Amino acid sequence: MQVDNTANIELPEPINKRRLLPIIKLTANHRLCLAVLLALATCLLYMSWNVTASWEFTLEFRGKKLLTFLIVAIAISTATLLFQTLSNNRIITPAIIGFDSLYILIQTALVFFLGAMQYTQLNVYLKWGIEISLLVLGASFLFQCLFVKKRHSLYLLILIGVVFGVLFHSLSALLMRLINPSEFTVLQDSLFASFNAVDPHLLLISTLVIGCIGIFVSKVHHQYDVLALGEAMAINLGINHARLSRVTLIIVITLIGLSTSLVGPVTFFGLLVVNLAYIVSASHLHRHLIPMAICCAIIILVGSDVLLQHFLHYNSKLSIIIEFVGGIFFLLLILRNKIR
Amino acid sequence: MIQTQQLCLKYGTIEVLKDINLTFKSAGITSIIGPNGAGKSSLLSLVCRLQQPTSGTVTLNGEQISRLKSPDLARQLAVLRQENHIVARLTVEDLVCFGRFPYHQGRPKTADMAKIDSVIDFLDLQPFRLRYINELSGGQRQRAFIAMVLAQDTQYLFLDEPLNNLDMKHSVNIMKRLQQAAQVMHKSIIMVMHDINFAACYSDEIIAMKQGRIIYQDCPQMIMQSQMLENIYDMPLKVIELEGRPLCLYYR
Amino acid sequence: MYKFNLWALTLVIVLCVTSLLIGSSSLNFDVASLDLLLISRIPRTAALILAGTSLAVAGVIMQQLARNKFVEPTTTGTVEWATLGMLLMLMFFPQASVFYKLLVACLMSVIGTAIFLLILRKISLRSDFLVPLIGIMYAGVIGAIITFIAYRAELLQSIWVWVQGDFSMILRGRYELLWLAGGLSILAYFTADKLTLAGLGKQVSINLGINYNRVFIWGLILVALITGVSVVNSGVIPFLGLVVPNIVSLLVGDNLRRSLPLVALVGAALVLFCDILARVINYPYEVPIATVMGVVGSCIFLYLLLGNKRYAS
Repeated sequence: MQVDNTANIELPEPINKRRLLPIIKLTANHRLCLAVLLALATCLLYMSWNVTASWEFTLEFRGKKLLTFLIVAIAISTATLLFQTLSNNRIITPAIIGFDSLYILIQTALVFFLGAMQYTQLNVYLKWGIEISLLVLGASFLFQCLFVKKRHSLYLLILIGVVFGVLFHSLSALLMRLINPSEFTVLQDSLFASFNAVDPHLLLISTLVIGCIGIFVSKVHHQYDVLALGEAMAINLGINHARLSRVTLIIVITLIGLSTSLVGPVTFFGLLVVNLAYIVSASHLHRHLIPMAICCAIIILVGSDVLLQHFLHYNSKLSIIIEFVGGIFFLLLILRNKIR
Repeated sequence: MIQTQQLCLKYGTIEVLKDINLTFKSAGITSIIGPNGAGKSSLLSLVCRLQQPTSGTVTLNGEQISRLKSPDLARQLAVLRQENHIVARLTVEDLVCFGRFPYHQGRPKTADMAKIDSVIDFLDLQPFRLRYINELSGGQRQRAFIAMVLAQDTQYLFLDEPLNNLDMKHSVNIMKRLQQAAQVMHKSIIMVMHDINFAACYSDEIIAMKQGRIIYQDCPQMIMQSQMLENIYDMPLKVIELEGRPLCLYYR
Repeated sequence: MYKFNLWALTLVIVLCVTSLLIGSSSLNFDVASLDLLLISRIPRTAALILAGTSLAVAGVIMQQLARNKFVEPTTTGTVEWATLGMLLMLMFFPQASVFYKLLVACLMSVIGTAIFLLILRKISLRSDFLVPLIGIMYAGVIGAIITFIAYRAELLQSIWVWVQGDFSMILRGRYELLWLAGGLSILAYFTADKLTLAGLGKQVSINLGINYNRVFIWGLILVALITGVSVVNSGVIPFLGLVVPNIVSLLVGDNLRRSLPLVALVGAALVLFCDILARVINYPYEVPIATVMGVVGSCIFLYLLLGNKRYAS
């Protein structure tokens, strides 16, 4: 092991050569420009491909869906990237800290207590309000653990989140037992990320929230570059680590909560795009990494929807397919030792 | 007698050990010294079958160790690596008892218990006997591990930086005990040593390594000369004589 | 330590009697009651003890192999792989006998656990808490695959419900495979020393003349078989294999020859306790034991993580 490490330090060349696009030495900026163009092209393709109805209708219908895609892509990729920077680890996703389980629990509880009929007729704002407030409540409890008992490691915190996830999961499993199969179908449909049934008002709120977070992140992006060096080094270099990590965790949880309440839980999509961004962007700066991850997310999300809708004719849910592909990609990455 | 023939170890294209031909005597203390990355620990791993060489052989009394059965070998040579990260909650007594495993296969007899007792005494571990090793200090844990390999009661004992984590008092104590084992019980103890003065003080023979090769193998008096040491470590240093023994100064 | 064993044994016996007496119809001294006992109550109690014992033992073995205190079949993807095996059998050979389903489930869990341990070897670990996290991620990947396949085959609800530990359907003739798991636990006891040594690491094991790879594979097979049997037979009881060994470790340490009997007893006691809870909490209806264990187990786990100085870093 030791020998391997020293070899890596002494001989960085062979590793560089293995990077993607070995022939053309593109700078990080060039790569980013290419990715942005590609993302734009995908969106354009999505909007204009195979229009049969009137343009007005198509623009409104597809525009709404595209906006959902964009919000989810931005939220998930940014949240995962920042979370990985914070935890100094490239295998972890914020989705495992039990938020999706809490989400499932909330939905199951709603179906259970209200019945399938009432649930489907429930006011969207009310539903959204309940979901977000419960998610935030869970998050603040997690902070309590982290910052009141400072001696704990971040991994421990994450593990605690995971255990809470199991707790929520157990409770929702219990409720699912008591739900009859026809109501379960209603539940199942709302549980799996759905990009079709999004309320426009929620989109507005989400856009505003994402805008605020975007402004903040763009102001402190260089601090994240230092944060990626680890806690001790960040403090040594004069970063207020405790404050930055607290704010970052709040951002991450808000983004995840946002995306979860829009389209349901998605676990491996974030990992997929962030790890792609690491490989493709050839940079360790968040100035490059964040937009690159967002572009990857847009390309994959929108692109696969185009593919499914126009070429494969929709016979499965997009989110399930993305999770499936993302999961397998992630497994291969670990097995091929591409992740540190 | 343990011998190596043309021992090589490669990781990809990087040669860690190149053509090592060595003989370890069956009694006495041998120290292996050299700068970081010289291949000392790798050599130890190869000789003790913890790792397989890329090419070359290791023989014990003329027989290749790769052909010998592992349980038999465990009664002939014992090895203690540098890092011993243990998660399990075991008492010191448990750990030392596992040192006798090659003899009792899980059912310790009175003879084994006597040996365990004597080793625990030998290393002053009696007060910690029933303590869990993960609750001991670094030095106490290190002594517990040394006790474990001593309990194995083998002709050859390979230790990778045994003085790691030990303070001056316990370092001297351990070295004296090891010397005693080598002289009274005629055991062969081979150690990777960091502290050149400790090596010189207690060894019968010193092996110096550099960049994956053996560059010197001699008695301490011959190695402990400033020219030789400068060749090994590539740094200026001074050897003085104190009370009839060579002492190397390299702190400034 | 025998003191602990004695206490645990007493507890198990008390819980056994309680478990036999609880039910929707009360027991009298007549033939109907005897039938009830023989057909339903005794098999159920036996199944609980067998599952509890063997899953706790599987957990402790898994912890030795991964050299980490926080892994067990549900945090290493083993359960998910067994489920995947089940799912494939349900899809392609729904008529196959239980034995073949079991065989496939076990085979899949061997493969899955082996891949997990391979992953562990490949990444450098900086924290003990990271290992279970990776295991859970890995389990999630397999879970995503299962969801994908099950959704397309419209088996989502049945597979979710199947995997969840439940003993309410246990009757005579429908739990006997669990004796296999019990037998495996006894076999594990006979190799306790070697498994403990494997937990000390490869180099220490080789130094003491143990064929490390063989012990490793043996442990792997034990874990996979036990998990496979319980997935097929009674579903999975989350965290059982995690909390029991940790509690026992605090009491008597990790020398398996000493601790394994206590692990087995505490495992049985915990499962019996949770089952009784599951039966009375919503009387006369039953709650799946996995749910109760999920709550109880997560609470104990959280206590271990937060309340215990030893794990704080």
